[in-house]
Amino acid sequence: MTINPYVPIVGLLILGALFALFSVSVAPIVGPKRFNRAKLDAYECGIEPAPTPIGGGRFPVKFYLTAMLFIIFDIETIFLYPWAVSFDMLGLFGFVEMVLFILTVFIAYAYVWRRGGLNWD
Amino acid sequence: MEQLKLPPIDYGALLPMLILFGAACLGVLVEVVVPRRARNAVQLSLALLSVVASLVAVVLERGTRTITIGGAVAVDGPTLFLQGSILVLGGVSLMLIGERSIERGGVFVSQAAVTAGSQKDAQQAGGQPGATEVYPLSVFALGGMLLFVAANDLLTMFVALEVFSLPLYLLCALARRRRLLSQEAALKYFLLGSYASAFFLFGVAFIYGFAGGIQLSVVHEAVANPQRSQVLLYVGLGMVAIGLLFKAALAPFHVWTPDVYQGAPTPVTAFMAACTKVAAFGALLRVLYVAFEGVRWDFQPVLGGIAVLTMFVGAVLAVTQTDLKRLLAYSSIANAGYLMVGVLALNDEGLSSTMFYLVAYGFSVLAAFAIISLVRDPDGEATHLSKWAGIGRKSPLLAGIFTFILLAFAGIPLTSGFTSKFAVFGAAVEGGQTWLVIFGVITSMLLAFPYLRVVVLMWLSEPGESTPAVSIPGFLTSAVLGLGVLVTVALGVVPAPLIDLTREAAQFVR
Repeated sequence: MTINPYVPIVGLLILGALFALFSVSVAPIVGPKRFNRAKLDAYECGIEPAPTPIGGGRFPVKFYLTAMLFIIFDIETIFLYPWAVSFDMLGLFGFVEMVLFILTVFIAYAYVWRRGGLNWD
Repeated sequence: MEQLKLPPIDYGALLPMLILFGAACLGVLVEVVVPRRARNAVQLSLALLSVVASLVAVVLERGTRTITIGGAVAVDGPTLFLQGSILVLGGVSLMLIGERSIERGGVFVSQAAVTAGSQKDAQQAGGQPGATEVYPLSVFALGGMLLFVAANDLLTMFVALEVFSLPLYLLCALARRRRLLSQEAALKYFLLGSYASAFFLFGVAFIYGFAGGIQLSVVHEAVANPQRSQVLLYVGLGMVAIGLLFKAALAPFHVWTPDVYQGAPTPVTAFMAACTKVAAFGALLRVLYVAFEGVRWDFQPVLGGIAVLTMFVGAVLAVTQTDLKRLLAYSSIANAGYLMVGVLALNDEGLSSTMFYLVAYGFSVLAAFAIISLVRDPDGEATHLSKWAGIGRKSPLLAGIFTFILLAFAGIPLTSGFTSKFAVFGAAVEGGQTWLVIFGVITSMLLAFPYLRVVVLMWLSEPGESTPAVSIPGFLTSAVLGLGVLVTVALGVVPAPLIDLTREAAQFVR
């Protein structure tokens, strides 16, 4: 008898739910309880989402640079994914092209890193 | 799994572009590893070397007539000639960009994002060495231009358009003096340029809907035997044309030109006036001649009207200008109109004369902007016309050269301005577009007035107290001046060799 191919997915779902239940219920019992203001904030990086200032408020322009850099690497991943899926069909040429592509992104990365684009201050 | 089949790739034909893109990437790496003091020299030599290497590759490929990488790139006579011209003009512009002796730190600012008018801004205006990123940016732009004139399908053309436009937007923002004006120029150019690109892309979508393909030969077939509604074709052609006419600065898509030419650093203005013009007209020629030749009776009158409008707008508004850079911007708009007259001849003669005009105009305009970069007062370049009064008394050699270049723009015989105008007008008459030539001659006379006004101002006015000193040109600027004047004379006196070359090259592959 063959197992339905969707059974492992259901199994993974159950395992995941069990893990979440286990860690949430065990953490208050075994973990230390120390007060920290940051623990009460919303779980987000960047600017404080609340209270919202009138008109959206002002925030540092540095976020813009970070977001832009993020998009570059994000797009690299988007390109890598379909390539990885059809790697067999693309062969050596596809591999070389991808290495060249990653190389150019790496050059941009090296530039950003050396010129201080990754420093917050 | 089954392997995908690769289209054949002729690397030799692609080599000029590959060299430039490779060199530009290397240039970015140079920014990373080479210490700041040595960067300028290394970057300038790398950029010039790559341009020379790329030019050698173009010359070696001079006999090639082929379509490669699955129909994306066509390497034929016009491609190679225009690529060669872009490289030569680009190399000369790079010399202007590399000039560091006229102003402390060069004409470029080190950090363009610093708020204009702040203390940090004053500091970097005071002589911090300028950004050396300008070299990789220019080389990227040059590479994009080479691809733009070679693109054989509309999407490749769009990608090339973006590759050469984006660095230009950045370069415009890098002027050391008058930061606000420079930033304004960059923003205007960027916003309007993106708008025009969107038009181009939307037009490509319509053409795809009409022809079922984006390759120029496929479009040509579909134009000859239309399978779908012609409305798609006309809307698509119109929108693609808007994108290209914007880059070539034809009225009514010219409004960005004066502001951008004035605000951008002068070497960048020269680069745009010479090289972008070649690239934009190269692509326009290919699109109109290869893909849409079948509907020439439909677009000829419309584009003819645009050419006439452009010539009049350029000539009339040049008369009212008080700033030299803006005056040259309007003159470049009028010249785009003359180039359009050559394009609309739609015969081999039109193709060859337009290519000749592009080279001749490019060299003259490079020399003109080189001179403007030399006349300075404490606030930077003195571009207001009143400051040029009587400059002929103070430095006759420079005023003499500028007079010569202005006369060439006006089309005086024995200069390249005359032979090139003669060539495009002759081609247009042969192509049955005599009405364009009549308007061309009328506007040439109109346009001579602002040029002669500057000449009179330089020689016959008394020098005032505010007449600025003329900087002594460094080696690079002198070389640009010398080359510009030499080519302007040579193409006026013995134009035959270059005309023969353009005639040999004037055949598109389809």
